[in-house]
Amino acid sequence: MASSTPRTSTTPRTSTPRTPTGTPTSLTQRSRTKGGIGESTLRPDGTLKVTGEFAYSSDMWHEDMLWGHTLRSTVAHAQIRSIDISEALAVPGVYAVLTYDDLPTAVKHYGLEIQDTPVLAHGKVRHHGEPVAIVAADHPETARRAAAKIRIDYAELPVVTDELSATAPGAPLVHEGRDDHHIGHVPHPNIVHRQPIVRGDAGAAAARADVIVTGDYVFGMQDQAFLGPESGLAVPAEDGGVDLYVATQWLHSDLRQMAPVLGLPDHKVRMTLSGVGGAFGGREDLSMQIHACLLALRTGKPVKMVYNRFESFFGHVHRHPATLHYEHGATRDGKLTHMRCRIVLDGGAYASASPAVVGNAASLSVGPYVVEDVDIEAIALYTNNPPCGAMRGFGAVQACFAYEAQMDKLAAELGLDPVEFRQLNAMEQGTLLPTGQRVDSPAPVAELLRRVKARPLPPERQWLTAGEAADVRALPGGLSNTTHGEGVVRGVGYAVGIKNVGFSEGFDDYSTARVRLEVIAGEPVAVVHTAMAEVGQGGVTVHAQIARSELGVTQVTIQPADTQVGSAGSTSASRQTYVTGGAVKNACEHVRERVLELGRRKFGTYHPAWGTAELLLESGKVVTDGGEVLAGLADVLEDEVVDLELEWRHRPTEAFDLRTGQGNGHVQYSFAAHRAVVEVDTELGLVKVIELAVAQDVGKALNPLSVVGQIQGGSLQGLGVAVMEEIIVDPVTAKVRNPSFTDYLIPTLLDTPAIPVDILELADEHAPYGLRGVGEAPTLSSTPAILAAIRNATGLELNRTPVRPEHLTGM
Amino acid sequence: MRVNFTVNGRRQEADDVWEGESLLYILRERLGLPGSKNACEQGECGSCTVRLDGVPVCACLVAAGQVEGREVLTVEGLAEYAGQRDRDRGQGRVREGELSHVQQAFMDAGAVQCGFCTPGLLVAADEMLERNPSPTDADIREALSGNLCRCTGYEAILDAVRLAAARQEEAI
Ligand code: FES
Ligand code: FES
Repeated sequence: MASSTPRTSTTPRTSTPRTPTGTPTSLTQRSRTKGGIGESTLRPDGTLKVTGEFAYSSDMWHEDMLWGHTLRSTVAHAQIRSIDISEALAVPGVYAVLTYDDLPTAVKHYGLEIQDTPVLAHGKVRHHGEPVAIVAADHPETARRAAAKIRIDYAELPVVTDELSATAPGAPLVHEGRDDHHIGHVPHPNIVHRQPIVRGDAGAAAARADVIVTGDYVFGMQDQAFLGPESGLAVPAEDGGVDLYVATQWLHSDLRQMAPVLGLPDHKVRMTLSGVGGAFGGREDLSMQIHACLLALRTGKPVKMVYNRFESFFGHVHRHPATLHYEHGATRDGKLTHMRCRIVLDGGAYASASPAVVGNAASLSVGPYVVEDVDIEAIALYTNNPPCGAMRGFGAVQACFAYEAQMDKLAAELGLDPVEFRQLNAMEQGTLLPTGQRVDSPAPVAELLRRVKARPLPPERQWLTAGEAADVRALPGGLSNTTHGEGVVRGVGYAVGIKNVGFSEGFDDYSTARVRLEVIAGEPVAVVHTAMAEVGQGGVTVHAQIARSELGVTQVTIQPADTQVGSAGSTSASRQTYVTGGAVKNACEHVRERVLELGRRKFGTYHPAWGTAELLLESGKVVTDGGEVLAGLADVLEDEVVDLELEWRHRPTEAFDLRTGQGNGHVQYSFAAHRAVVEVDTELGLVKVIELAVAQDVGKALNPLSVVGQIQGGSLQGLGVAVMEEIIVDPVTAKVRNPSFTDYLIPTLLDTPAIPVDILELADEHAPYGLRGVGEAPTLSSTPAILAAIRNATGLELNRTPVRPEHLTGM
Repeated sequence: MRVNFTVNGRRQEADDVWEGESLLYILRERLGLPGSKNACEQGECGSCTVRLDGVPVCACLVAAGQVEGREVLTVEGLAEYAGQRDRDRGQGRVREGELSHVQQAFMDAGAVQCGFCTPGLLVAADEMLERNPSPTDADIREALSGNLCRCTGYEAILDAVRLAAARQEEAI
């Protein structure tokens, strides 16, 4: 470590600097109406967010703080012969330069399931952009310039980039000497995990089929592209520990991976969630967390790290690109006979969530259909491509893209309407999945399809104005168009999908909530404290609604999420409203019991209903289920503070059998259907999605406004991958070609169609309030519906995402 | 170098500024005004949209030296600025500390999820409504097409701008 006089010192701010404790300290929401569940109450953090005061992780600031920067590998696969940091250390303003050799303990790797990811590259780099060294300096530009002076001598190694190169005889092993628990049952050490599912006799069933269709599909690498960059502030503490303010999806998972690397007991790594600018799975793995803490502990100063967009593309895992081979058969009267498929997911250089993505892809590969005879295999590869892991839809997205294309092919072969064909084979409550698990809650697949189909179609040729002149803004390509609609054709396509909710395969998927009820200034106030990461999904809104409904109070304060309370699990898998919402409900119910007990002791002798009636808390009062008021909540509580912290679990799941794939692996399913209407300029190869209608069953909409927002946002991410989004990795060098918003395109307001949403509420009796996870299902069927519409418009086969102009013009 | 300029009606001075710093960096890291967001710092996402002498710009693309002597409006000053504009036009909204129509409409329409795009969108939308008080949907799409949002699917943002326009009209 070098320390020298800072070259440019940060000027003291003219306005009050924000210390981390000035971050959203509490989100107090007082509703105009009752504000309980089922209402579209507004976000408690909304005012802070529209005034610019909400403190995101990149807004953290501390007096005397340093800036951290990461040096990343410029090659995909190489032996590191040497690293020379001397020039970097000599840069004025630099406080520390750390490499693998500086790590404080023997624990030098981390990972969600398999600890195969080096904190800093050791001996080898395995993908383009892998972190090699970290620098702390007094100005971000100083840190960047110093990092550029680190000399690394790479001896490049051959890369493996796909199944063929990864499993060829003599292929380089991405991880030599693997000893994780999957190694025993994978056919090659460059395969992270493999899940077969065999049920019935697909071969015999195929012999009964009147038509058989096969297809090969390719799903491109999509990026979460959340807007708030990876960032945070690590502050060294006097007790030798560290406080980290950071944007993440799961504080306790980060903590579990970080503490051993830092050599600190868990309680000395205190984590607080700072404002999160979107996540979509991309914050499930660690990014700058350990690096910032290492630099802070080494320098004894607060260290802020903020990735720029370029670095963000390297700083998180992506959606697994996939190749999928499918075979389906059906009888003349339109019944599916069997399905065989093979799904190959590219996991990139490190395991991340790949094993779980494999389980999902395999178990949901048949889609929301009844198919009794199946032969399924899903694998994830280790390659030298960028690591892939969690993203909205998690393995189910890639499968849905393929099985929905297959449904259209079969319908066409049989001369049946594609929606009717799907409805004929749609699963329903009671259907057995290929895993042998029975779907034990409503599965309104046929109804969702009916709803999107019944919706009136948008008018034809909307770009024609009254005078028959074209408004070019409404044409594919918009103002940059060079035609006036001559080559524009319209198409309509449908798709439906099934997604599991919550963590599966036997994972202990619990959450913790602490609820306090007390009287402040004569009014009962509930305080809800969980470690749930609010990443934009609206969990904070819903928690306040639950507390109001359960405790009958109007004022609810949501405490900032931190590790001072038990784990809430991840904000992913559409699970937070279910699991942490369930935990808040559970804690509230226990608090209510204590309150009623207090009431019984105080007032039980005055009114027999205290002992006999079903009692509720409503509008600050204790009432009987008949509506009779027994006492004010404030009078019952007086000076008492009821304060409980409890864990809550959904029904347990079990692992899939490693040979047959059988097992009750999932806890709940969610379903969405889309109808896409597109216009394609066949000369220019440009697509405009005119409308993307969606119907989804949400079980119970706790906050209808948020639910609609989730469905529309998820649908648009599906549109993105259908027509524009792809991280392009050079197949020869395994280097990323487009790590910027200039070259990785995400939809703008001009690319966005109308997204009408139709919500069904068929309660799942096993879930709190009957709710069903919402966030992911709309991402599944959006993509295949758009592809189907483009095929319908053009008559082209189109078997890959995204569809690019050259695929449409045949160039 | 030293940079003098006005932010949200207040004179500001930043010292020891390195020539390569952007307006965005000065606002966020030197002046304690982090409301303008840093999603790409490449001029591609619009999260950092501020008004420079009234014109919407990406603060990440404005070099520090370019703001010398000029006026900047950020999301932090939006409510006050819009309130003053409404008063000047003889419109209803006069209370101090009240949110602007656009800010309130974004909350009411559910146009805020993670909110990272929100400050830039608010500045851009407010400026459009100042120029064009009754925009068509095509006008809104065009005006806000430089502002990325990854969460909402934009439908709620369209709703919010329509709502703000309607409320602004009502207030006259
Ligand atoms: S941060 Fe300035 S345009 Fe993206
Ligand atoms: S609300 Fe998250 S980016 Fe727009």
